[in-house]
Amino acid sequence: MFGRLTLEAFKHEPSQNFAVVMMVLTGIGIMGAITYSKKWKWLWDEWFTSVDPKKIGLMYIIVALLMFFKGFSDALMMRLQQALSVGDAHGFIAPGHFQEIFSAHGTTMIFFVGMGVVFGLMNLVIPLQIGARDVAYPFLNALGFWLFAAASVLSLFSLAIGKFSATGWLAYPPLSGIEYSPDEGVDYWIWIVQIAGIGSTLSGINFIVTILKMRCPGMTFMKMPIFVWSGLCAMVLVIFAFPILTATLVLLSLDRYLGMHFFTAGFGGNPMMYINLIWAWGHPEVYILILPAFGIFSEVVPTFSEKRLFGYASMVWALIVITFLSFVVWLHHFFTMGASSGVNAFFGIMTMLIAIPTGVKLFNWLFTKFRGRVHFTSPMLWFFAFVLNFSIGGMTGILLSAPPVDYQAHNSLFLIAHFHGMVIGGMLFGFFCGFTYWFPKFTGFFLSERLNIYAFWCWFTGFLLAFMPLYMLGFMGATRRLDHYEASTGWQPLFIIVGIGALIILCGVGVQIYGLFMSIKDRKKNLDVTGNPWNGRTLEWSTPSPPPIYNFAITPIVDDLDPLWAIKEGHAPPQNKNYEDIHLPKNTPMGLYIGILSLIFGFAMTWYMTWLALASFVAIVICLIIRLSGEDEHEMITAKQVKEMEAAHLSKQGAR
Amino acid sequence: METLAVHHTHDSHADTRVPDPHQDTFSKTILGFWMYLMTDCILFATLFATYAVLHNSTFGGPSSRDIFSLSIASIETMILLFSSVTCGLGVLSAVHSKKNQIILWFALTFVLGASFVAIELHEFSHLVLEGNSWNRSAFLSSFFTLVGTHGLHVTVGLFWMIVMIVQVLLSGITVATFRRLVVFSMFWHFLDLVWIFIFTIVYLMGVI
Repeated sequence: MFGRLTLEAFKHEPSQNFAVVMMVLTGIGIMGAITYSKKWKWLWDEWFTSVDPKKIGLMYIIVALLMFFKGFSDALMMRLQQALSVGDAHGFIAPGHFQEIFSAHGTTMIFFVGMGVVFGLMNLVIPLQIGARDVAYPFLNALGFWLFAAASVLSLFSLAIGKFSATGWLAYPPLSGIEYSPDEGVDYWIWIVQIAGIGSTLSGINFIVTILKMRCPGMTFMKMPIFVWSGLCAMVLVIFAFPILTATLVLLSLDRYLGMHFFTAGFGGNPMMYINLIWAWGHPEVYILILPAFGIFSEVVPTFSEKRLFGYASMVWALIVITFLSFVVWLHHFFTMGASSGVNAFFGIMTMLIAIPTGVKLFNWLFTKFRGRVHFTSPMLWFFAFVLNFSIGGMTGILLSAPPVDYQAHNSLFLIAHFHGMVIGGMLFGFFCGFTYWFPKFTGFFLSERLNIYAFWCWFTGFLLAFMPLYMLGFMGATRRLDHYEASTGWQPLFIIVGIGALIILCGVGVQIYGLFMSIKDRKKNLDVTGNPWNGRTLEWSTPSPPPIYNFAITPIVDDLDPLWAIKEGHAPPQNKNYEDIHLPKNTPMGLYIGILSLIFGFAMTWYMTWLALASFVAIVICLIIRLSGEDEHEMITAKQVKEMEAAHLSKQGAR
Repeated sequence: METLAVHHTHDSHADTRVPDPHQDTFSKTILGFWMYLMTDCILFATLFATYAVLHNSTFGGPSSRDIFSLSIASIETMILLFSSVTCGLGVLSAVHSKKNQIILWFALTFVLGASFVAIELHEFSHLVLEGNSWNRSAFLSSFFTLVGTHGLHVTVGLFWMIVMIVQVLLSGITVATFRRLVVFSMFWHFLDLVWIFIFTIVYLMGVI
């Protein structure tokens, strides 16, 4: 009945029990609060069944931020353990549990935080920036989100029920094979990543078709905002890379569930093939995370420099070149596996080449500021920190791309410092930048600028303290994933500095939460009534904040890269003046249903509950058939209603 | 086409030609389905690459020369190719709104697809009964996975066909059912294409 799930699965060590209890209490608290304020129906009607990309985008970001707390707690625990566990002291985490923590940290941060904020911001911003009312496939978009949410809930289950994978965030075989990891941990990991990955593929298809097919009249390819370009490139990477991940996970599952021999040590299996396949997905994946951040900076820097973006065409081509190159560098993740020197040299050179388009982008941003009127707002502070961190991380990346150097630094903390510089200093700072920049657009009120700046300085100093010493530790021989080391290594002082850095970042996170809370509390005082508080250039700023459900009452017509500045300067093309009937897709709970069923399916597969897996799978198929056989349902907002809504908005604006 | 024209022309009449995105469902669906087919293509490419790497890893078990029968694979190929013809004829009758012909052609396509799956299952069970199952060697694992994934796709196509036949029976040829029939035929032809590669790389090159 319950497969291999027994009561044993609910027994953990104290620190984990504490986390589980906290998690369950938080969950009960949130549900209680919703019930108390009678918000369930509102949540269901307005959010859970919504197919509006603006709401789906916000839900992505909420899930990503919640998952960030999990991933960040993992990071804190590891750093505290490493500061304490020296010589005779052994810290507070047992080695087995430590392995689960670092595996969970990587999985959470990449699949739920990174992908979550990327898809979240794309959902929010891209339809508005291309002058569209909707995405190409609203249901597919909702389904993608609910698969993402289901996978993140499954990863929370793994915290409470049984063990998580102890094989690192990419689960290298043969360690992750059934022989060496017979328990449920790796299966949890497989189904978490599989469900999230399929959701990403669906969302990728949706956004490519949205960008190709739904741009407003006049917006040719070379008039798309760079954020849209970066999204398009990232989504092209998604649809090329994620099927490789899906296939690779299927092969690993077949090894584990049906006794096949793709990656086993015996019977002709080839573990090295897994490493190749997973990185053929994994390297494009890191560009899927960073390209949208490049797009964000390309929107923010011109706005706060009051200048057009320098070198638009070179920005676009740099994005395209990076997109291409990201598929021919995967082998640099395992130079030490022992390919011939010719092969290693090829991939080393390809890796170095990526520095060229990236450098082009960096210089374009800097030249955009040159002779501009630079405003030192908090989004710009994130940008400055990004330039510093990304340059350091980029240059250490160039170092690592030389195979002989890589042989020395491989799997050391030097590598960890490098890629955290890219992911935190690049992707995460980019997200914070974009989050602050677009926050008033989608909520209608501002974040506290003062608290933003405090949070920024905590993050920035904390980041430098937490990661710069890792470069030194790497050169001193400290490898990644250490839960204990000898005092004679002399590493402890540096590890203590690293731990302090992590605590300073914690302060930054605290200030951010407090700031978010305060700005929601005082939202009436911080309203954005203009809809364009930063003198933005792109179409999203032509709508009210928050934008109406239909985004644009009248579909805009553009013939300029910066359409709003074109209006201001008086050379915008003539616009349509008449309101028209607007068709919008109807809400549907089917995405949520399929998400829940996928969660059950993943859980059942993990615990070998065959009957439940079969039942939930059949239910998913039935849901899909029902949904896909139905007629395309739309709601219509008549021209008259649109006119009234617009008039109401204008009078509200006038009243202020 | 209509939207393309709007994107490229720019005159004072543009306001009368602003497209409603939802009237564009057909072309959006077709483009999106091509995107999906490309992702599926990469999935198969991964499995082909795996097969290419592992096809000599027989670990003392049988090699491709010992177990493949070209005659069975040729029959499968003919059946699948012929089912593509009937599928195409089905779409043609949908273009001409001939409901009974649609049912007939897709029923025929279903029978051909089902016989393909039956032959494949027969081949698989034969191998397993001889002791050459997927856990015998890495080569057999990759063979069963590559060919089986294609077979699974064909099976999904069979279920899809049942749904489509029921839809055509119930609601006739509407904009929606026509679009779905076209999308289905793209899927079916794609499976044909993948099979050509399987036939060439797995079976033909396997016995040479």
